[in-house]
Amino acid sequence: MLSSKAMLDGHGEESPYFQGWKEYEKNPYDDVQNPTGIIQMGLAENQLSLDLLKTWIKNNQDATRFTNNGESMFQDLALFQDYHGLPAFKNVLVEFMAEIRGNKASFDPRNLVLMAGATTASETLTFCIAEHGDAFLLPTPYYPGYDRDLKWRTGVELVPIHCSSSNGFKVTKLALEEAYEHAKKLSLNVKGVLITNPSNPLGTTMSHVELDELTTFAVAKKIHLISDEIFSGTVFENPSFISIIEAVINRKLEKTDLWSRVHIVYSLFKDLGIPGFRVGMIYSNNERVVSTATKMSSYGLVSSQTQYLLSKLLSGKEFRENYLKENRNRVKERREMMVVGLGEAGISCLKGNAGLFCWVDLRNLLSSNTFTAEMELWKKILHEAGLNISPGASCHCSEPGWFRICFANMSPETLKVSMERMKAFISKQSCM
Amino acid sequence: MLSKKVRLDAHGEDSSYFLGWKEYEKNAYDDVQNPTGIIQMGLAENQLSFDLLEAWLASNQDAARLTKNGESVFRELALFQDYHGLPEFKNVLVDFMAEIRRNKVSFDPRKLVLMAGATSANETLMFCIAEPGDAFLLPTPYYPGFDRDLKWRTGVELVPIHCSSSNGFKVTKFALEEAYQQAQKLSLNVKGVLITNPSNPLGTTMSHDELEVLITFAIAKKIHIISDEIYSGTVFDHPSFISIMKALLDRKLEETEVWNRVHVVYSLSKDLGVPGFRVGMIYSNNETLVSAATKMSSFGLISSQTQYLLSKLLSDKKFTKNYMKENRKRLKARREMLVTALRDAGIECLKSNAGLFCWVDMRNLLSSNTFDAEVELWKKILREAGLNVSPGASCHCSEPGWFRICFANMSEETLKVSMQRMKAFVEKNTQQCRRGGGRVTHQESGCNSRRRSLSNWVLNLCSYDREPYR
Repeated sequence: MLSSKAMLDGHGEESPYFQGWKEYEKNPYDDVQNPTGIIQMGLAENQLSLDLLKTWIKNNQDATRFTNNGESMFQDLALFQDYHGLPAFKNVLVEFMAEIRGNKASFDPRNLVLMAGATTASETLTFCIAEHGDAFLLPTPYYPGYDRDLKWRTGVELVPIHCSSSNGFKVTKLALEEAYEHAKKLSLNVKGVLITNPSNPLGTTMSHVELDELTTFAVAKKIHLISDEIFSGTVFENPSFISIIEAVINRKLEKTDLWSRVHIVYSLFKDLGIPGFRVGMIYSNNERVVSTATKMSSYGLVSSQTQYLLSKLLSGKEFRENYLKENRNRVKERREMMVVGLGEAGISCLKGNAGLFCWVDLRNLLSSNTFTAEMELWKKILHEAGLNISPGASCHCSEPGWFRICFANMSPETLKVSMERMKAFISKQSCM
Repeated sequence: MLSKKVRLDAHGEDSSYFLGWKEYEKNAYDDVQNPTGIIQMGLAENQLSFDLLEAWLASNQDAARLTKNGESVFRELALFQDYHGLPEFKNVLVDFMAEIRRNKVSFDPRKLVLMAGATSANETLMFCIAEPGDAFLLPTPYYPGFDRDLKWRTGVELVPIHCSSSNGFKVTKFALEEAYQQAQKLSLNVKGVLITNPSNPLGTTMSHDELEVLITFAIAKKIHIISDEIYSGTVFDHPSFISIMKALLDRKLEETEVWNRVHVVYSLSKDLGVPGFRVGMIYSNNETLVSAATKMSSFGLISSQTQYLLSKLLSDKKFTKNYMKENRKRLKARREMLVTALRDAGIECLKSNAGLFCWVDMRNLLSSNTFDAEVELWKKILREAGLNVSPGASCHCSEPGWFRICFANMSEETLKVSMQRMKAFVEKNTQQCRRGGGRVTHQESGCNSRRRSLSNWVLNLCSYDREPYR
């Protein structure tokens, strides 16, 4: 009676990534009301710098009240449904994006397409680039949501580029070639590679060498390169962030074919911590992609009310610079807290310089080097330690025992409690 | 290198419906800056009641300022991305929807799925119900945007249910069966019927009989009914609006299979006039569909900032009651203006009781009873009268000569200017006809010896051209 999309579970929400969320929702931690509840450490949200935004809003009432120097903008905004987006908003967004990249790349607002979130942006790019049955290659581990966002309604397949802990999960030429061959064996037409840089769940930025390999690969295979850079504003330490656009410019490839096959996905969810406002975007030098994606954005435009507020918020260069600096400091500090806390429990994390999470090595807690053992461990951590973390298998990691643990979606006190619980859990396991 | 969706024209934006918009954008009317520019009459927006919304905002600062009793709710909203939607928003939405239907139907917020606009809602329903290559039947004329919204990325086909001016474009059993047979001939698997009620572009509400015929058809063929009710709040005159849900209840079909195959699309873009805020929704009694659509709404959620603002606005029942009443009154008055002025120019409209536009009969201005002639006429109106109106062909109307003209997206003064231009245009074209012969005008029909020199289609027109209209 309904379509296969509605009846089957292509949305991927039966995976443990989502199961853990459901357990949390039934029994959420609250320091006063429910101190034994489950602490949500599977949610990559940035709650560290909302006070800065809140203060700005308080001091700039015009932006929320639909007024501009006292004049009402309400009617204009209420009617504004132009899929080209509010020009003032796009103009400040490209400046913000450039600043995040240390002004090593500049962006043209005409190549920017706004949509209601990175989820929308990723899916739209997929519709623009691939046919039903085509494939994208993705380095593992990757964001579990991609299985839904990129595949569900588009019919596109995802083929993993296996990365290993032996080299810090970096993408290698061999891994790229292997993935490509594997896709061919499955008779899949590879349309592109999608990278997340900085990486979710690793919390690392891609190295110069990796980006080179990718660029060379994309040139050779004549395929697209999509770079999801939604965590770019969270890079708090060296090595500094190199955007795919910068990498391509460094190789002097702007005048080649490849230039029109490189696309960026961005959003304000992670950097500004405002997922509820639904602001995502595609940046591309390919006119046809921009034109089609613009029309497709009708399926998910950004509320004009929100475009207006954020165009005002991001209009001040000083505010932007100050925000980025302060936010990075806070992310760094919070990450330190977690790394030290876990260290005290005898657990190490992959060295990371970005993101809102750590990629944590719990291999020595596995009863066997299998994904079944990983699932067992995940459930124990959920039920005994009361912590919802994300098992590597849900991120398609090729090696069992790695987990993503988020640190920016809670107060420092809650983080401390979670670390104490982890310590207690580990001690108990060691005794056993 | 890119997908077919990019390479082909499937988004439909090179149809005349959109070309007229582009012409307008190049040379937009402004009463001061550009008084000879093109007046946009192809945009179904409701600009009549902003003063009411603004007055409410001025007295309810909290809602926009993201505060609640003076306390900031910014943080909670900034983080709120639950695809189940802001509960307080859904609660007031179902009340609002019930109010629009004079409380003859009630809605459950758990069956409501929010998404960023009716465009998003319609496409999502297609993804949930149909496979690529399946078909939906739609009564013509229909909203040109459906060719993009329903087909483009879903791969679904649309098959027209041909409606005719002979009965005021009402849906008949015969037309439904014909459309179904046509789909079968094309080897298409029909998954459902999509109606827009009140109709865009007709501006009419579906009659009790039509809804009966439709439901009977959906039961017999075991297919879905999608009822796009985005204009339900614009019904300003009798007959009163009957929602598909009410029609099902009246037939006591709640415990039957068809109950799970009926879905409503709604949005605040037309009733409240806030298309920029992107508020659309699906309402369905089908749990599996609601569950799938909820997950799919991740691809187009409504900004929490906007959900909050509108939840406050719609929770003010005194305001909503007054707004609906006043909005309808203004729409009715504005429609009257258009209808009267067109009649003065010798042009009749389909009798209507809803919507933000009229369905206008300009068949007697056609040089021939063809769609080519309709396009010619449309271009002339655009270039000579400086009015962008929507030709019936872009709405898949089966008969040439009908146009949709919007009246709620401009000031009264601009509407007056547009009507003066229309009158002048019609007069000029009538004079040309008198000089050149071979074209019929409204005044000439039925009373002139020239009849003998006119072609048959004109004679047929003359015999009934006044009947269905006011």
